[in-house]
Amino acid sequence: MSEPILVVDRLAGRIAGQQVVEDVSFEVPATGVTALLGRNGVGKTSTIKSILGLIDRTGEVRLAGTRIDRLPTHRIVQRGVGYVPEDREVFGALTVAENLRLAERDARPRRELVEQLFPDLVQRRAQRAGTLSGGQQQMVSLARALVNENRILLVDEPTKGLAPKLVDEVAAALAAAAKTVPILLVEQNLHVIRKLADRVVVLSGGRVVFTGAATELLDDEDRIRRYLGVHDAADAVENTGTLEETR
Amino acid sequence: MMHSPDTDTDTPTTDAAASASTTAPTARAAAGAKGRAAASAPRMKRTLIGGLALVVLLAVLPLLAIDIPGVLPGPTYTPGTLQLLAYAMLIAALSLSYRMMFGLAGLLSFGHALFFAAGAYGLGMTLEAFAPVAWPSELVFVVSILVSLAFGLVLAATVGALALRVTGISFAMVTLAFAQAGSVIIRRNPGGATGGDEGLSLDIANVPGALVGVLNTRNLYWVALGVLVFVYLVVLWVEKSRAGHVAEATRENELRVRVIGIRPYTVKLLIFIVASVLAAVAGMGYLLLQSGASPRVATADFTLTLLVIVVLGGVGYRWGAIVGGIVYTLLDQRLTALAGSDFIAGLPAVLRVPLSEPLFILGTLFILVVLFLPGGIAGIPQRIRSGRTQHPVEAEEATDA
Amino acid sequence: MSTLLLLVITGLGLGALYFLVASGLSLIYGLMGVLNFAHGSFLTISAFLGWEVGRRVSDGTWWGLAISALVGIAVGAIVAALTEYLLIRRLYERHIEQALVTVGLSLATVALFEGIWGTDPIYTEKPDWLGQTTEILGAKIPNDRFLLIACALLVLGGIVLFLRRTRYGLIIRAGVENRSMVTALGIDVRRSFTLVFAIGGAAAGLGGVLASVYYGYVSAHLGSTLLIFAFIVTVIGGLGSLTGAAIASVLVAVLQQFANFYLGGTGDLVVVVALAAVLLVRPRGLMGKVA
Repeated sequence: MSEPILVVDRLAGRIAGQQVVEDVSFEVPATGVTALLGRNGVGKTSTIKSILGLIDRTGEVRLAGTRIDRLPTHRIVQRGVGYVPEDREVFGALTVAENLRLAERDARPRRELVEQLFPDLVQRRAQRAGTLSGGQQQMVSLARALVNENRILLVDEPTKGLAPKLVDEVAAALAAAAKTVPILLVEQNLHVIRKLADRVVVLSGGRVVFTGAATELLDDEDRIRRYLGVHDAADAVENTGTLEETR
Repeated sequence: MMHSPDTDTDTPTTDAAASASTTAPTARAAAGAKGRAAASAPRMKRTLIGGLALVVLLAVLPLLAIDIPGVLPGPTYTPGTLQLLAYAMLIAALSLSYRMMFGLAGLLSFGHALFFAAGAYGLGMTLEAFAPVAWPSELVFVVSILVSLAFGLVLAATVGALALRVTGISFAMVTLAFAQAGSVIIRRNPGGATGGDEGLSLDIANVPGALVGVLNTRNLYWVALGVLVFVYLVVLWVEKSRAGHVAEATRENELRVRVIGIRPYTVKLLIFIVASVLAAVAGMGYLLLQSGASPRVATADFTLTLLVIVVLGGVGYRWGAIVGGIVYTLLDQRLTALAGSDFIAGLPAVLRVPLSEPLFILGTLFILVVLFLPGGIAGIPQRIRSGRTQHPVEAEEATDA
Repeated sequence: MSTLLLLVITGLGLGALYFLVASGLSLIYGLMGVLNFAHGSFLTISAFLGWEVGRRVSDGTWWGLAISALVGIAVGAIVAALTEYLLIRRLYERHIEQALVTVGLSLATVALFEGIWGTDPIYTEKPDWLGQTTEILGAKIPNDRFLLIACALLVLGGIVLFLRRTRYGLIIRAGVENRSMVTALGIDVRRSFTLVFAIGGAAAGLGGVLASVYYGYVSAHLGSTLLIFAFIVTVIGGLGSLTGAAIASVLVAVLQQFANFYLGGTGDLVVVVALAAVLLVRPRGLMGKVA
């Protein structure tokens, strides 16, 4: 296997003086989707935020061999780290077009690609992002990351709170993106993980407890129960399906 | 489980469960404090003895003739010096009460001056109102004090109950608004009761003779010392009480206190009321000492001065407010004296103008302290000992990246 | 009717002054979380320097006033940008300390102004027309009100255009809403901090020169007096909202004029009561974002 794109070594993070990421080490390969899993509250989002420098952190993070753990957030992102945050975090008072324009870093942003992937957004260019549905906001959030040429995408719970049809759309967009850029994906929906993930990293109690091929974990009911706290993949899909859009 | 909203950024669940399962809500904070207390019992004893010695020293000061040129205007038995020291102690007492709100409970109020003014003007106006009553003057004096205290209490409860419905900057603004209203009323001099811009002068008809006149400044000095000690003890008691620990925990993490079933509102209101009534007590001392009250003590600028004092002294330390109050008052007074000196008058304008403005020097000093000396004056020994640079109140702010 | 009109237009004129101060306060707080107590000093220094230059060039003429205004705008912008760059930036993200530094700056500068220009107000000259009145529907309106309203509208329009049409404007609008997400898009949001301070300072600087026209004098306390009302306006309008600041400026100032006239000079009190009422009913202000 080629050199990993992202290496996280003994990463710890704190919010308001409280340790939320204890001691996390893992690698993200230069291709495919790596899923970051674990029960609620184990620090998945905090790990992503620590990598980006959005919360106070210690430890080492290397992007393609170069250390980025001392850089401020905007410099990390400028080096080619795309971020799709939990809860989408679109700018509600800005229009869809403005949200995208704000995100454009490259001299030649990939507007056509985004328009191809999310035709819905083209029609809604002038609409305020705050008035979009949850699914559409997620498209904006994804589009903001995909409009630039990135070396890695950090995607945090993109299907959270979406209706099943939208979950499939988001998954399809991610699958398309994964052909050109490696993705570190936090995801709760096992159905989506099965479809996308090549490798998995499992967190528990602020530490990594399992790393390996996705199939290794997903074919093992016992491990799924132990690490993720669900009985059955189908169960998880069903539950997600019953959730209406939260926004 | 899987589909419930993920609160990843929250603390690990085990942690929340641990604190929720304990019967005493702030068990950890309390235990921490107790642990510290137990570990440093001999040191506490030393502090206690040191504190007592200091109070005794301050108490006998009027009987001594200590002269510190440049710091005090004259030997310690002279009325001028005693007046200045007494004023400094009252400001220190007021700052202590302000620190309890800001430093302990994290309530950034811009209206604390209102309660100081309520004490001063409350007592002054009640004494005037009772002047025609034919009771013995001692009784009138005591009743007046009680009435003013009650007035301060009611005012504090009302303002606190309303203002604490909002938090953060909005809280600061509501308190500022109420204080501004108080200031406007005082300046407008309704019915000639407050004396308007001229200020209120003390009606001495029912004030005990021992507290009147330049020759009795000594007694007023002791009253001021008494007020300072009283305020210090109350503040200490509140901080060590359960309410104090809850308030501290609320400042650090309001959500957690809520989770374990305590309404932070009640605790904050309690702290607000106690701090405000203490401010009123200091205000009464000020009225007696100055034989009157100036509308300046009701202004937003006066509250800002308190903020400066508390930060200058060190927010994280009770002693800080006292040191800050005394240093600030002495500096202010000495710098004013310096401004009028021949030395300053002889300087070229570039130096003369700034140096003849005490507030310019104090303001600049304050900026330098905030920038380079987090922890204030009282934090200096701690800094020297451990080389630590973190400001006590900054931890909560630092993470909002 | 004529009294009513006079009160409304005078209120609008005063509201224009409030807006010139409040717009900067609101943007600065919205983007950076800094409560800027030194904003009044930006106004005062601009008023003094504008007056000093203006009277030397041509006292009491339109030309002199225009020069004063330009000097005021430049001084306000420069002083504010320096404040951000030298003091505020060092305390990045420590909001309480940042506010404290501006408190210190405000105390120190007001004292310095008193040292330089004295404690008493200095009366200023203005073009004759501004001292006269114009009759509208029977109401004799002092002409300077029109100048104030026009200037505030220009500033409002200018800031809105800047926010809508430029990339920095886009960054500022996004930053007011969610600053950390802006940095997570690879943008150095700190660069726009200095800019916001400069814009706010420029508006306050113009406000300073106009305040000296409105009140007829300059004094070391010109800014502090306006600052308290600007704070109230900012909070009522909703911290971070320019539109909110504009609406609240007008509401507060008109309310103040009416209370002063009909309720025996209680304008200041009524404004304070209004603030308390608004905050208790709607803590985030009229147009504020959800905290």
